[in-house]
This record gives sequence, C-alpha cells and structure tokens, in this order.
Amino acid sequence: MSRYYYDLHIHSCLSPCADNDMTPANIAGTATLAGIQIMALTDHNAVKNCPAFFKACKRYGVIPVAGMELTTAEDIHVVCLFEELEKALEFGEEVDSRRIRIPNRVDIFGDQLIMDDEENVIGTDEFMLPNATEITVDEAPDVVKKYGGICYPAHIDRQANGIIAVLGTFPEYPKFTCAELHDKEKITPHLEKYPILKDKQIVISSDAHYLWDIRDADAYFDLDDEPYSSALVRKRLFEKLRGE
Amino acid sequence: MTVKELCEKTGFAAVCLPEPEREVSGCYCGDLLSWVMGRASSGQAWITIMSNINIVAVATLCDTAVIILSENVALEENVISTAEQRGVNIVSAPVPTFEAAKAIAGLV
Repeated sequence: MSRYYYDLHIHSCLSPCADNDMTPANIAGTATLAGIQIMALTDHNAVKNCPAFFKACKRYGVIPVAGMELTTAEDIHVVCLFEELEKALEFGEEVDSRRIRIPNRVDIFGDQLIMDDEENVIGTDEFMLPNATEITVDEAPDVVKKYGGICYPAHIDRQANGIIAVLGTFPEYPKFTCAELHDKEKITPHLEKYPILKDKQIVISSDAHYLWDIRDADAYFDLDDEPYSSALVRKRLFEKLRGE
Repeated sequence: MTVKELCEKTGFAAVCLPEPEREVSGCYCGDLLSWVMGRASSGQAWITIMSNINIVAVATLCDTAVIILSENVALEENVISTAEQRGVNIVSAPVPTFEAAKAIAGLV
C-alpha cells in the first residue's frame, strides 16, 4: 500500500477560461513541483490535450489520467475520467457530436489551444467549449461507462455549475459513487447537510485554471500498488472511485 | 382560475394533471432549482425549462399549483409518472418563458 497524492481536476489552455500558460508540459512539470503523483486533465467538453499531457507526464514521472469536465444539458459540471487514453478520445468524439456549436469569441472568452508535448500549438477548437451539451446528467454515467470511464459531479460546494445549486440537492439518481469538493473544509458541513454523500468517495481537487491554482500535495488515496506499475496504480485508482 | 382553465385559455398542453382544479394565484419563473426552492410560493404557476426529475420535488416542496415547461421541453417518462403519483400538475408551453408568462399575466 502506498500513498498517492492526486489532483483529478485540471484545465489546460484548451479551456478558454484557463491561462495560456497551462500547457500540458507546464501542468505536468508543476505537478512534480507540487508533489502530486496522479493528475487528471479535465478540459471543458474536450480531451484533445490529453495525448500531449500523457507524453509530458511520462517525462516528469507523473501518472496521468485522461478526463473531461462535461457540461450537462442542465449546466451541471461533471468530471469524467477514463482508464485508457484511447477510450477518452473516443468519448471526446461522442461529446463533439452532441455539443451546441457556437463560434468561440476569443476576444471575450479566450483561446482554445490544442498543444503537443513540446509547447507547440497544433490546433484550436473554433466552437465555444464550456457551454451545455445535449447530454443530461441522468444519462452521463451510462455514456461515460461505455468508454470504460467513471464520472461524478464536480465542485458540489460551488454555486456556479455545481449539482446542488442546479438541482437543489444531491440527487439519489443517477447513482454516483463519488462527489468532488473544491475545499476540504466543506466536507464536514456537506456530509451533515446531505447524508446521501456519506457512502460516497469524496474527491478533493483544485479545478486549476492557472499554474498557481495547482495546490501542493494534500489530497491522497492509499492504493495497493504491488507489483508496481503505473497501469496498476491507475487501475486501483478507478477501483477506488467506483467503490469496489 | 384553475390549472384546467389555464390550459384552456392559453392553449398550453397538459402533460399530466392529477389536480386539475388546483387554483392558480400567481407566477414564478426560474430554472436554478436551489434558487426556486427558496422563492416560489404556494399556488403559483412555475415556469421553467428544467426537465430533471427534481422539478417534481421542488414543486411539492413549494406547493406550486402547476409546472409550466416552456419551449416544449420534453420530459422523461419517469418524471411524468412521479408527478402523477405526487399530485404535481405539469403543462407544456410551445413558447419561451417570457411569452408563457405574458400569456398568463392577465389571467392570474
């Protein structure tokens, strides 16, 4: 059993609201400096910086997880994580086909940059990424599961796009095995107010949009990683998140 | 005016009307359920585009007379059956929230 410090909610320069310095390579490097061993890249409705993030993480010795912060039809933010990069990319294609396409106004919302792992811009997404998709919160877990992934509501302790703010409470259905909070100080009050959270894995992540938002290692999981391989750690992480 | 009369006068389609004789005393518009929960009040027609099943819980909690779904927002079957069981009236309006509110403004 080893302790793994994690941050499972990070935005790169593909998210218009994130800083252009949030390149996949910079994020991986900052994770190392912060002492984080497992990091998930979760851009708004997009996965196209995950391949570069995986390469950069390999160089820096960080275990990467491919992910997305999905905006549901109800404007709820849901963190989606995948055991395999390839499957995440396939999920990205499905989300692409169910996005509401509004041209991105770079001057208002910011750039949506697709990068390689050596700090080169290799493309952009022309349509506004963070707005609501056609995928409802009820169907999200099944759609994500098709690609071997898991999903759970993001920053439920926040007003903007948090599931409690949008739906009035934490719903019984769909069944989520996890819930993400932005602030660990809010765990206790949330468990008291919403008893449904008591049997869920609480995930604390930064939702970093700037390099300085990436926090020093604090949230962790103890994972059985013998015989060690990064693939095994990732597998154990997903078992933990699925409540297995 | 009752919910049934509201449907007749506006032409809005009944989705489920377990309590058609419920009296409508006013109107509230809003989609963020945590916000609506604290503000919609008993007897009001609540106009929203939110289709999640939690609208039934909020309507029960606030004791609104009817949920009016604007812009022809579609509901899952389980939302309708839950509303039937809980005695929550739901009607569907083909127009945006503002137009729907205007349509009932002179009636309540």
